[in-house]
Amino acid sequence: MSQAAIQRLQERFPAAVTGAGVSRGGDDVALVKREAIGEVCRFLREDPELVFDMAPYITAVDYQASEPRFELIYQMYSTKKNHRIRLRVGVPESDPVVDTVTGIWKGADWYERYCWDMYGIRFAGHPDPRRLYMYEEFVGHPLRKDYSLRGRQPLMPERPVDERFRGPGPTGG
Amino acid sequence: MSSTTDIDLVPAIATRREDALTGLGKMVSQGLGWARKYSLFQYPFVTACCGMEFMAVASARYDLDRFGAALPRFSPRQADLLMVVGTINVKQAPILKRVYDSMADPKWVVAFGVCASSGGFYDNYATVQGIDRIIPVDVYIPGCPPRPEQVLDGIMLLQQKIQDQSHKLIDREKPALPAKG
Repeated sequence: MSQAAIQRLQERFPAAVTGAGVSRGGDDVALVKREAIGEVCRFLREDPELVFDMAPYITAVDYQASEPRFELIYQMYSTKKNHRIRLRVGVPESDPVVDTVTGIWKGADWYERYCWDMYGIRFAGHPDPRRLYMYEEFVGHPLRKDYSLRGRQPLMPERPVDERFRGPGPTGG
Repeated sequence: MSSTTDIDLVPAIATRREDALTGLGKMVSQGLGWARKYSLFQYPFVTACCGMEFMAVASARYDLDRFGAALPRFSPRQADLLMVVGTINVKQAPILKRVYDSMADPKWVVAFGVCASSGGFYDNYATVQGIDRIIPVDVYIPGCPPRPEQVLDGIMLLQQKIQDQSHKLIDREKPALPAKG
């Protein structure tokens, strides 16, 4: 079913889709160039035969020794056509920037923030490029393979709280 | 249980200040300790799976009410026992500190489960390795999660500790206020 989607994608973007195959779990996978991910996703979303209207998961992998070092994985699903594909996008360590897809799927917002938080892959054009899980003062990206095993960082003081949320307190404000 | 009564009569740690108390003061202190140990109003700071075990021990089968620790207060200002139930990560540490600072004296803290006590198997970048890095702890209850019997044992240990502490009817000492922040 989604083999047809892969074929259609290859016909439409012969230069951007560098390979295709079937994953170990049976999902159809397309390898996509990093520069083209924006227009490829736009096409997958809007093409009347594909209608991938949902991106259930976006994550990353760190293949420390190989080049490109990182790989973004976009899992896609169509609720209209009931088919799914997976895109794999290589991201080099020297320039870990990818175009955002939050304009195509709003739900990609937190997944991209997660990839920035844990792997240090930046998303150009993201509306809210903060960390997702860790706090702002945290240094580094903990799911990178070269982050030290325990890698503890100092405890943080409390952030200032808006006075709307609490009273003056025992110290008088 | 004769050994328990011996401990009841002789405090485990007799400080100089306790020695200096008059006989009346001692009686008042013991009376207050007796009252306080059987009216623990707890604030459950539940962050993780130990919360299930906390519910088990708080509800009818094991019934913390038998120890006078039945009423969870969902404001730290009304509580005097802070139960830290579950993993505390670095991002959450300032919240726990604020909750502890909001509680009125006298107050006690129980680290419920191995994550609150020492970080447990979350030996990683995100988890505080024991809440005693943030706030003082009176009783540690190990276990992942602890069995209800262990929790009851911990509560009884805490009651013993409260009984042995020195209490005053009117404490003229100024409490140490947390830094403004």
